[in-house]
Amino acid sequence: MLIAVLSGLLFSLLYIPFGKYLKGRLAVVAALLPIGLFAYFCSFIPAVSAGNAQVFQYPWIPSMGVNLDFRLDGLSLLFSLLITGIGSLIFLYASAYLKGHPYLGRFYAYLCLFMAAMLGVVLSDNVLLLFVFWELTSISSFFLIGFNNDDAASRKNSLMALAVTGGGGFLLMGGLVLMGHLSGTYSIREMFASNEFLKAHALYPLILALVFMGAFTKSAQFPFHFWLPGAMKAPTPVSAYLHSATMVKAGIYLLARLYPVLGGTDWWTYPLIVVGGITMLYSAFHSIFRTDLKGILAYSTISALGILVFLIGIGTTQALLAAAVFILVHALYKASLFLTTGVIDHETGTRDVTKLSGLRLVLMPLAVAGLLAGLSSAGLPYTFGFIGKDLIYEATLNTGGAMPVILTSLAVITNILLLYAGLLAGLKPFTGSLPSSFADIHLPHWLMWTPPVLLALLGIAFGAFPALADTALLNPAAAAMINESIDSPLKIWHGFNLVLLLSGTTLVLGAVLYLMRKPSAASVTWMARFDHISPKHIMGRTVQYAAKSAAVYTKTLHNGYLRVYLLCIILFAIGLLAFRLFTGGPVQWTINELGPVTSYELIVAGILIGAMYLTVTTPSRLAAIAAIGVIGYCICLLFVFYSAPDLAMTQFTIDTLTVVLFVLVLFKLPPFLNFANRSVRIRDGVVATCFGAIISLIAIQVLNEPTDKTVSQYYGDNAYLLAKGKNVVNVILVDFRGMDTMFEIVVLSIAAIGVYSLLKLRLRASDKD
Amino acid sequence: MKSTILKTASSYLLPILLLFSIFILLRGHYLPGGGFVGGLIASIAFVLHSFTHDTEATLQLLRIHPRALIPVGLGVSALSMFVPFLGGLPVMTGLWFDEPVPVIGLIGSALVFDLGVYLVVIGVVLTVLFTISQYSE
Repeated sequence: MLIAVLSGLLFSLLYIPFGKYLKGRLAVVAALLPIGLFAYFCSFIPAVSAGNAQVFQYPWIPSMGVNLDFRLDGLSLLFSLLITGIGSLIFLYASAYLKGHPYLGRFYAYLCLFMAAMLGVVLSDNVLLLFVFWELTSISSFFLIGFNNDDAASRKNSLMALAVTGGGGFLLMGGLVLMGHLSGTYSIREMFASNEFLKAHALYPLILALVFMGAFTKSAQFPFHFWLPGAMKAPTPVSAYLHSATMVKAGIYLLARLYPVLGGTDWWTYPLIVVGGITMLYSAFHSIFRTDLKGILAYSTISALGILVFLIGIGTTQALLAAAVFILVHALYKASLFLTTGVIDHETGTRDVTKLSGLRLVLMPLAVAGLLAGLSSAGLPYTFGFIGKDLIYEATLNTGGAMPVILTSLAVITNILLLYAGLLAGLKPFTGSLPSSFADIHLPHWLMWTPPVLLALLGIAFGAFPALADTALLNPAAAAMINESIDSPLKIWHGFNLVLLLSGTTLVLGAVLYLMRKPSAASVTWMARFDHISPKHIMGRTVQYAAKSAAVYTKTLHNGYLRVYLLCIILFAIGLLAFRLFTGGPVQWTINELGPVTSYELIVAGILIGAMYLTVTTPSRLAAIAAIGVIGYCICLLFVFYSAPDLAMTQFTIDTLTVVLFVLVLFKLPPFLNFANRSVRIRDGVVATCFGAIISLIAIQVLNEPTDKTVSQYYGDNAYLLAKGKNVVNVILVDFRGMDTMFEIVVLSIAAIGVYSLLKLRLRASDKD
Repeated sequence: MKSTILKTASSYLLPILLLFSIFILLRGHYLPGGGFVGGLIASIAFVLHSFTHDTEATLQLLRIHPRALIPVGLGVSALSMFVPFLGGLPVMTGLWFDEPVPVIGLIGSALVFDLGVYLVVIGVVLTVLFTISQYSE
C-alpha cells in the first residue's frame, strides 16, 4: 500500500529529468501507472464490500504520533477508484491532447504528484498525514493551473487558487491539531471512540469552524468558490481531473470522513445546509449566464459540490447514501463533459457556446458522449443521474419539521438549472446546423474521444444496472460515513410517488428552459454588472489594501538605514523586556548574595569604562573600532574569571575577526565626517542607556529566581558516560544538541552565500556600466 | 599594511596557528576547544596572512577558494550524522572506535562532526571576509 501511494511521488521525480524522452506516442506509457493502481485498488473491492476495511501501518515518526497509517474502507475505496480510474483516462487523453508540447514530461510529473497526494488524502488514517497530503494536492493544483506559465492570467489564477486553498488548509491544520489534542490520538479511526467527548467539549464549535473553512475553501463553497472558475485556465484534462472529478471533492471527502467523529449536531447540520444550499443555488444560477463551455461546467461543478455539502449537512442515512451516489454520478458525467469540451476546444479553437453548433456531423462519437453525459446530468430515467437525483429528493423529503419543503424546493430549482447547464454543455454544440467554418474538422486521435465516450457509457451502464455498483461500492462508502453497515440496493423504479413527480417536474421544466432560452453574450454582460459585489472582487480589493498597507509599512520601517533598523529592534526589545519585567511581579533588588569584588575585576571594569568612553568620544573611526575590540576582550576576561573558558575562547576569536571586518569595510571610507548632530547623539545615548539598564535589571532579577538545574545536571552527569567526552560544553554542541549545531552551520553557510552573491552581483553590475 | 616585521612573522605564524587550531579542534572533547573555535583560529591565521601580504596571495596559497570548504564541511557533518542511520541506529547516535589512537585519543563520529563544523567555519569566515575585502579594493 505504501508503494501504491508513494509511487506517484517517485514517478513525478523521475519525470523531471527523464520527461523529455516522453515524446509522441511514447507518452501513452505514462498511463501505465494509474492503470496499474486502478487494477490494484479493484482487487480490494470484494474484501471492502464485505465490510472488512483494510489497514496498513508503517511507522514514520512514532514519537510525535505521526505514522503512515493507511486505511481502505468503502469511502476511501470509492475515491481511490475515481482517482486512479479517471486518472488513467486523463493520462491517456492528455498524451494526445498535449501531443508535442515541450513540457509534457513536466505535466506528467505534476499529474503524478497530484495523484499520489490525492490517494494519500483519501487513504490516510492519521489526520496529520492527511493534512500533509492535503497541502500537496493544493501545491500540485497550483502548478497545473499555472501550467501555461507564459500566460499572465494563468499565473494570477493559480496564485489565487493557492492562496484560497492554502489559507483554508492552514485553518484546517488548526482544527485537526485541536481534534488530535483533545481526543489524545491522531488516528481518525480511534477518534470515533471519543466523538461524544468532542461534541460536548467547549471547543467543539471552534473545531467545526476550522474544519469547515478547510473543506469549504478546497471544495469551492460560497463565498470561496471563485478560485474554481479561475482554475479553468489549466489545460482541460486537468480541469476534468482535478477541478471537477477529484481534488475539489477532497473537502467533501473530509466532511464525509469526519461525519462519524464530529457530525450529527446542530452545529454541524445548519452551517453545512446553509452554505451548501447557497452555493448550489448561487452557482447553478450563475452557470446559465455563461457562454464559455468551461465556465458553464465550472459553475455547475461548484453547484454539484454545494449539493454534496448540503447532503452531508442533512446527515441522514439516506442523504449520505445519496451523497455517495452523487459523487460517482457527478464524477462520471462531468469528467465526460469536460473531456468533450476539451476536444471541441482543441479542434474548433473556441469554447463559446453561442458559436458552436452542428458538430455531430463531424465529431460523431463525441456527440454520443456529450448527449449521454448531458442526459445523465439531466437525470433522465435509465441514466445514473436519475438514481442520484431521486436519492437527493428522497433525502430532502425525509427530513424532520418544516425543513422538507424548503430543502426540497431548493434542490428542485438547483437541479432544473443544472439540467439546463448540462444540456448546454453536452447537447448544444452538437445540434443544429454546422457552420461552414467548422466543415473541415475531423475526428482527433482515438485516445482523445474514447475516454469521454467510455465515461458517458459507464454513466448509462450504472443507471440501467445499478446492481453493478451499489452493494459493491456505494453502500460501503455510505456505511463508512455513518460507521455502520448499510444494505440498500439502488432501485430505478420506486413506484408512482412524490419523488417521481418531482423528478418529472425537474425534467420538464429544465427541458422547457433549454428550449426557450438561448445563451447569448448579452446575458454575460448583464451578469458582469454585478461583478463588483462578488466575493471574488471583495477578496481582490482586500488583497490590494493589504499590499498597499504593506508598502507603507515597508517604507517606514525598512528604509535601508542600518541605524534605523537597529533603533527599531532595540526599542522593541526594551519595550518587550520592560513590560515583562515590570508586570511579572515586583523587581528584586537583593544583591547581598553576590560574591566579593576582587581587585582584578575592578581593573577590568576600569578598562572597560575607559574603552567605552573612548568609543563614544573619539573623532576617528579606527580608534572607535579598536576601542570596541578592547571592550570585547574585557568581556572575554570576565568569562575567564567566571570559569567559562570555551565561551572566552570563542568570544576572543570572534572579537578579533569583528575588528578585522570593520577595518576592512571602514578602511576605505574617508576620515571622520561628523554625520550625527547633537540631538541624534543624545537620542542614541538615551536608548543605549535604557537598554543597558533593562539588561542589568534582568541580570539581577535572574539571581533571585529559583533555578532549575536538572538539565545542566543531566548533561554534566552523562557527558562522559554517554558521549565519552569530558568537556560538557563541547559534548552538548556535537552530541546532545548536535542537530542544533548542524542547523547553525547551515545558517552560517547561507549567510556566507548571501554576502558572497550580493557583493559579486554588485561587482558585475558595475562592470556593465 | 607594509610592515616588514609583521609580514615576515605572519609567514611563520600561519603554519603555527593552523597547527594550533587543529590542536584546539582535537582536544575539544575533553578540554576547552572544539571545531567552532578551532575554525575561527584557522581563519584568523589566514586573515593575518592576507593582511600582511594580499588577499590574492592568500587565495593562491589556499589553492581552492574558501567557499568550496562550506559544502565539504556540511557534507562531512551530515555524513557523520547519517552513518549510524545506515547501521539501523537513530540519526546522530555517537559511534566510537574501541581503541584510542596515539596522540589523538579516542576517535568517534562526534569528532568527524566537529571536523565538519571546523571546515564550515573556515569557509564561511574566509568567504565573507575575502569577498568584502576584494569588494572594497
